[in-house]
This record gives sequence, structure tokens and C-alpha cells, in this order.
Amino acid sequence: MTSTQLVVIGGGPGGYAAAFLAADLGLTVAIVDPEANPGGVCVYRGCIPSKALLHVAQVLSESRHAAAWGIEFGEPKIDVAKLRDFKNGVVARLTGGTGQLAKHRKVQYLQGYAEIIDAHKVRVALSRGGTEDVQFEHAILATGSLPAIPPMLKLDDPRVMDSTGALDLPDIPKSLLVVGGGYIGLELGTVYGTLGSAVTVVEMTSGLLPGADRDLVDVLAKRVAKTMKDVWLDTRVVSLKPEAKGIRVAFEGPRVDAQGGDGKTPKEQMFDRVLVSVGRRPNSAIPGLDRTAVQVDQRGFIMVDEQRRTHEPSMFAIGDVVGEPMLAHKASHEGRVAAEVIAGENVAFTPRAIPAVVFTDPEVAWCGLTEAQAQKENRSVAIAKFPWAASGRAITLDRTDGLTKLVIDPDTEQVLGVGLVGPGAGELIAEGVLAVEMGANVTDLTLSIHPHPTLTETMMESAEVFFGQATHVYRPKKGKR
Amino acid sequence: MTDFTLPELGENITAGDVLRLLVKPGDTLAKDQPVLELETDKATIEVPSSVAGQVKDIKVKAGDKVKVGQAILTVDDGAAAKEQAPKPADAKAEEKVPKEGALEQHVEGKRPTPVDKPGVIDHDQQQPEPKVARPFPAPQNEPKKVVDIRGARATTEVATAPEMPQAPAAPSVRRMARELGVDVADVQGTGQAGRISIEDVKEYAKRIVASAGIGGGAAGAVALPDFSRFGAVERQPMRAVRRKTAEHLSAAWATIPHVTQHDLADVTALEELRKKYAKQTEAAGGNLTVTAIIVKVIAAALKVFPQFNASLDLAAGEIIYKKYVNVGVAVDTDRGLLVPVIRDVDAKNIIQISVELSQLAEKARSRKISLEEMQGGCFSVSNLGGIGGSFFTPIVNAPEVAILGVSRARMEPLWQPGTHDAEGAFVPRMMLPLSLSYDHRVIDGADGIRFLRWVVAALEEPFVLALQG
Repeated sequence: MTSTQLVVIGGGPGGYAAAFLAADLGLTVAIVDPEANPGGVCVYRGCIPSKALLHVAQVLSESRHAAAWGIEFGEPKIDVAKLRDFKNGVVARLTGGTGQLAKHRKVQYLQGYAEIIDAHKVRVALSRGGTEDVQFEHAILATGSLPAIPPMLKLDDPRVMDSTGALDLPDIPKSLLVVGGGYIGLELGTVYGTLGSAVTVVEMTSGLLPGADRDLVDVLAKRVAKTMKDVWLDTRVVSLKPEAKGIRVAFEGPRVDAQGGDGKTPKEQMFDRVLVSVGRRPNSAIPGLDRTAVQVDQRGFIMVDEQRRTHEPSMFAIGDVVGEPMLAHKASHEGRVAAEVIAGENVAFTPRAIPAVVFTDPEVAWCGLTEAQAQKENRSVAIAKFPWAASGRAITLDRTDGLTKLVIDPDTEQVLGVGLVGPGAGELIAEGVLAVEMGANVTDLTLSIHPHPTLTETMMESAEVFFGQATHVYRPKKGKR
Repeated sequence: MTDFTLPELGENITAGDVLRLLVKPGDTLAKDQPVLELETDKATIEVPSSVAGQVKDIKVKAGDKVKVGQAILTVDDGAAAKEQAPKPADAKAEEKVPKEGALEQHVEGKRPTPVDKPGVIDHDQQQPEPKVARPFPAPQNEPKKVVDIRGARATTEVATAPEMPQAPAAPSVRRMARELGVDVADVQGTGQAGRISIEDVKEYAKRIVASAGIGGGAAGAVALPDFSRFGAVERQPMRAVRRKTAEHLSAAWATIPHVTQHDLADVTALEELRKKYAKQTEAAGGNLTVTAIIVKVIAAALKVFPQFNASLDLAAGEIIYKKYVNVGVAVDTDRGLLVPVIRDVDAKNIIQISVELSQLAEKARSRKISLEEMQGGCFSVSNLGGIGGSFFTPIVNAPEVAILGVSRARMEPLWQPGTHDAEGAFVPRMMLPLSLSYDHRVIDGADGIRFLRWVVAALEEPFVLALQG
């Protein structure tokens, strides 16, 4: 029997951030997680390995692009095993690091699965065998999420993969079907497409990245049309049949054409591999949760208040398991809030901008209020856009397809949201987050000197566009702005 | 389908901000059931429903400004009203930019096609499960107040709009505001375009502390232990009246140097008179209560002692004397303590006061009382005698300067001094305990007891009323 002030169930980016902060605040802390080290899906099977692969994909794609600048490398030779080793090395290095950080902080790390006994006790089935009971004052449930696989796409065949399987990089299939045009499908589709697979993306709704602003997605879609073999929108996968030569996939939808081909969706097609990336579901089926007062909503999210406290006063919950957006950085922030609350601080999770980044080529990123959401809420906003065609830096990169846009409160001129598409958008969005969180108004952006020549200037110039005058955009005079 | 519109709430109140909704679609709404909490510039009011039935469509949300007469919700069993189509957003800086040289991709004037998908960062959209309403709003839309998750409202949390407009304050400033118990939206920013700095928040908090005292108001919240460690607890949100009472009394207690003076009035004779005229008053529609009589006595006393009909304006260094006589009477209701005010008491007789008092008390208990009917008091009377007890220390109902507490009258032996033809003896007399609390900044101790003695004398010899009052 171990006794601790705080036990964190799940050692992902939310869980370990919470545990480490709580330890730094002087609490005794234990983490329960089935992996050898803290890191969770993000580090083992998500953000980190996918970014390692996407980096490689970007190098490949730029080296091909270099032909246009008079530099030819020839077709690359790809050693899949070595690439896999590189990716695994990245994961090993990071998880080893978090393991060390836990040790230094004297955070007890229990490798295994937790079962809740009551509101102050869990039983851990240890990976090395046996069980250990942990008595605690507070618990943070940080069990994350799992890939959602609809029943008709469930197939016990290694050629049908979820994101975890795809990140294992078993081989580079000749043809790959990506089911779901969300960020996971597009990122992994980009990796495989660049490595040489003929990738087809099939999306149930009428556009890629549902929820994101269309003007941003349009820029991505143009590029994706080149990287991928086909993109079939408004199309649903009806069945998957394993055959010796591959997976036979049947489609359904208004664009399905009996003949197929020529960009049209066929009724059926064979693929070497299928990646199912239709979303993720909260991992709230924690054994013994029913022995507590914790409540789970209809979609499976654990219900929490502003301080991330569940209906059980001793238990908090954070990250993917409490709701959208299911993003590592949201989880880490929530974890730190919960840890501070447990340590007695009166704080709450009240962000105004949670950045979302899609690491495709080009990257798409946004934060705060989107134009689509403003429209849905019938809220009046002003939009200012700066096309990267007018950015010197974008031209030097030979990538002028980007766009920077601000969503602005027309009365206060406060920046409510920022949307970006273009190479490096994921890094640029941080300024947008700062602007929204600080309550910056458009003038603040125009008056902050941005370094030249960089893509960050597009933030400043889109702010200038709002006032009707931007250095690199000419508009003939016509009345006041 | 019946619409419930925002009713008249009192003089000079034409609109208010919805603090929170107390019902949700699907609820069965009873008449007089509170529908929403409305914050007007005067007070926070729970608005009761004038209609009954099943709630179909709620047309306002927390944070909305609503006007008197504006539709709040629809009840009954008809089909739900269709949502109005979103109107195109303002496209201020979105006009087409003409082509110029090589930069031909310039600003796209095209509006993105509307997507019927919710959420900014909802990566999970494609999930092929049936769509269900998101029970929690997206994080940046979360309600300002800490939701009492253990309360019944946890699953039915009212969807709130994003703060409109958001207070221009950095996260560090918002965090400090929270720690100080200040709602950052209440703080006036002094920076460029109203930006709120840490100093602004501290200054605001200091002002609250100064006006409410250390123990009072939002600023004095002390960290609580986790009571659930000691046994079962249940959390209930403070209702508007309770919150208001807590704030108001904390402020009064913290700022006013209170003195409470006690005395006993011999009401033996008055009791006989009261019984004698009770029928007559009843016929007029009132109850001839001790409270009604005391209200009249107070009105007369305020004329004799004008410093008791005053308010202190410390900022101006002035005392405001009132030339009107309105007396508030504390009424115990299931919502909490309310103080309706009887106006121009000096111009009314005791029967009129009795009738009005009965009506106001009934209105207060049935939640029909308007804010206006609780404003403008000069002096308050709190009679707890109906329940029992002797003597207590009422808290002055600021900005008034005095309050009279009345307890239960009882038979007591009173020493009757001897006269030339009779020996002194104890006689049974009906004695009424009175407790006068006053603001010592305005009223001196000697005046305090003079006032109370005058009230006692008037109750013992009602002739004094006509003689001096």
C-alpha cells in the first residue's frame, strides 16, 4: 500500500505536466501509466513520431521542389527501416527524458493499469506483475483518448491500420486509402504520399478539415490535390473486404460513379493498405469509475467544472478525456491548472485561444474565434486578410500560397481569432495566441515592429489591411475605411 | 405557444443583463417560478414567470442585454421555433483588392462557404456517431462563474455566448483578478483602448475592500477546507437575494460603527387599544399589528429627531437630511430577507399603514414585489417578535442610519412605586423589548437613547404621538 497526496492516472502530456507541477509545488505524487515512461499517446504514438516523419516528408518535398531552382538531387532512395529507427529514436529520447524528469522530482512512477477502488484509493495492476494499492487525497484522471473505429471499418487485418499502426511505418504501400479528411488523416496521408504511396483520401463531409475556416482549407486543398492521388469528398466507406491482393473497399455517396476514374469516386477499389482516421474517442472507461460520483456525458467525456474538478470532490480530470479540442497543449495547460487547484490555488481553466495546428504541407493553424464559428453564432466580426503573395519572405521561399487572417471585434477592434495557412503556420500562430490572450487590438499589432523579412510580418500587415492601408497591398482610395 | 416577455421591473429599469438562466428547454415551468437572474444597474433580480407550461425555446442567453417587453422564452407544446438563419458577418476589411503586378492572389473577397459544423478546433468532427449537443461549451466560451458541478445544474449547464466583448486583459491579469475575487469584466481599464492592467485590478479590489470592509463582499472570500472529508455535504448556489443580502450586510457591518441601545416599552394599554380596533382595521383589509403601530411611531419620531432621517455622504463631507418619511419593514420570505418600504408614512394613519403593510408583505412573499417598492427607505423596522426572543442587535440598513429591532412582548412584574395612600407593589405589565441600532458617525449616544425613550413613551402614551409627533 502506497500513500500519496496526488495520483495521476495517465502519463500523457496532460498527466505528466500535472504531476511535475504538483511535485514542484511540494505534493507527493504518483503517476500510473502502462508505458515505461511518461509521454502518452502524444510522445509514443501521436504528435511526436508523426512530426518526425513529417519533417522527413518536408525535406523530400523541398528537394523535389529544388528542381525548379536549378538544383536536382535525383530520386531519393528510401530506407524504411532506418527511417523507422530515426522516428523510434526520437520517441526513445523524449520518453527517456520525461522518465528522468519524473525521477528527479521524486514522482513515483507505477507502470501498469489503474482500477479505481473508491474516491481515495486505486489498485494498480503492475506491468511487472502483482498489484499495488495507492491511497490518495486527490486524483487527476488523464486517460486521454483512443482512435475511434466505427464497426463497419473494424477489420482484424494488419493492412487496416489506425494512426498507431500507420506510425509504425510497416512499409510504404503502393496504394493507401485514408478514411477521414481530418488532421490525422491528412498528416499521415502527407507522410505516405511524399514517401511514394498513391494516397486516396475519402471524407464523409463536403470538405477537408471540417470545422476549420474554408478560406484556409482551400489553400491546403489545392496542394493536397497534388500530393494525393485522389480526394473524394461527400463519400462514405461502406465496407472493407480483405483479399489476397489487398483490401477491397466499397464507397457510397452522391459523387460515386459506377465507372470511377478521372477523379470520380468508384463504387469499389482495391488498396494495399487502409488508414482509418475518423476521429478519436475519450478513454473514460476507467475500471471502477462507477464506484465514484464522477459523471460521464453522452459522448463519453468526463464532466468537470472550470477548475477541472469532477463530480467527485477528490477527483479531477483533464485532457482528451474531458472534451474537445483533443490536443496535447490543451491537456498540459489543464493539467497545470488542476495541479495548482489541488495545491490550494484559486485558479481556473479559462483560455481564450487554444491553438490548433495541422502539420500538413502547407500547415494550417488557427486560434480563438474562427470566422465559421462567428457566422454560426451570428456574431458580427470584421475580417482582415493578408495574402502571402505580397510577403517578401514567402516569395523567397517560393511559397506564396499562404494566407494570414484576423478575426476582429468591430467595436473594440480587439483581435478575437487568428487563422493561418502556409509553411510554418504552426510556429506563427503562437503570436496570434498571445494577441488574443492579451486582449491585443489591431493597432497593437500594427505598432509592434515585426522582423524583416519573415512570415511574421504577415500578422502586422493583415492588421494594416484592417485599417485599409498596408505597405505591400495597394488599394486605390475610395472614401474612408 | 405562449411567449414570456420581460415584465416591468420597476421605475427607471428598462433593461438588464442576463446573469444566468434558471430554466432550460424541456423544463416544466410553473407560474411565478424564477426564469432568469437579471442584473440591472440597480440590483440583481430573479425574474418570475407569468406563464406556465413546458419550456420550448429560450430566446436569450447569459450575457444578453434584454429590454422590458422583449421575448424571453416560449412555453407550451407546439413545434419549436426555427432557428433564424445566420446573418452574414460584418465584412469590414474584406473588399476585393485589385490585382497589382505579380501579386495577383491578393485579398480574396470570397466568403468561406458556411459549414454546418460546430467548433473551432473540433478535430473529432468526422466521428460517424449520431451528433449530440455538446454538453459543455467550447473552453473559450466557458461561463464566467465557477459552475457548481455537484449541483443539479451540472448536466444542464446553460450554453453561454463568448463574453461580448471580452475584457481586454492579459491572462496574468485575469488570474490575479480571480485570486482577488474580482470579475475582470467589472474592472475599468486605464490603458490604451481600455486595457486592464494588474494595477487596475488591484485598485478595483482595494475599492471593493474599502467600501465593503475586509470581511465583506467578494474580496473577503477565505479558502474553505474540503468539508467532504468530515462527512456528506451538498452544495447549493447562493440565490440572488441571499448573495445581495450577504454583500449588503457585510458592507454595512464593515463601514458603520454600530451601537445598539435596548429598552422596554410597557404596551399593556396599547395592547388593549390594538385589540379594540383590530376589527375595524380588518374590515379595511389590514391587520392592526404592533409593527404597523411602531411604523407610525417611528414616522413621528423621525420628525422630532431629524438626524435619524439622514444619510452620510463621507465623500462630500455632508449629512443628507431627508424631508420625506419612508419606513422599511423587514419581511421574512422563502427567498430570504426583503425590505419593502411604506412611503410617506407621516401622511398616513395607522389603518392605512396596516393595510399597505399587509399588501406589501404578501407581495414580497409571493415574489411579486417590484424593486421600486423596496427602494427609498429612511429607516427600517425589523420585528422578530412573531417568532420569539428578547433583544437582538439589528444591522443598520445602509445608507440609512438607524434601525429598530422589535422582539416578543411578555408579561413581566413591574415595580409600581407607592403613593401616599398605597404601598409600592409589583404589577403584571406587558413589556415589549426594543433594540435600536444606529450609525455612531451620525448619531451620538445621548441622542440614541433620547430617540428610543421617545419611541417608548409614544407606545406607552399614544397621546404623545398627537402631542409631539
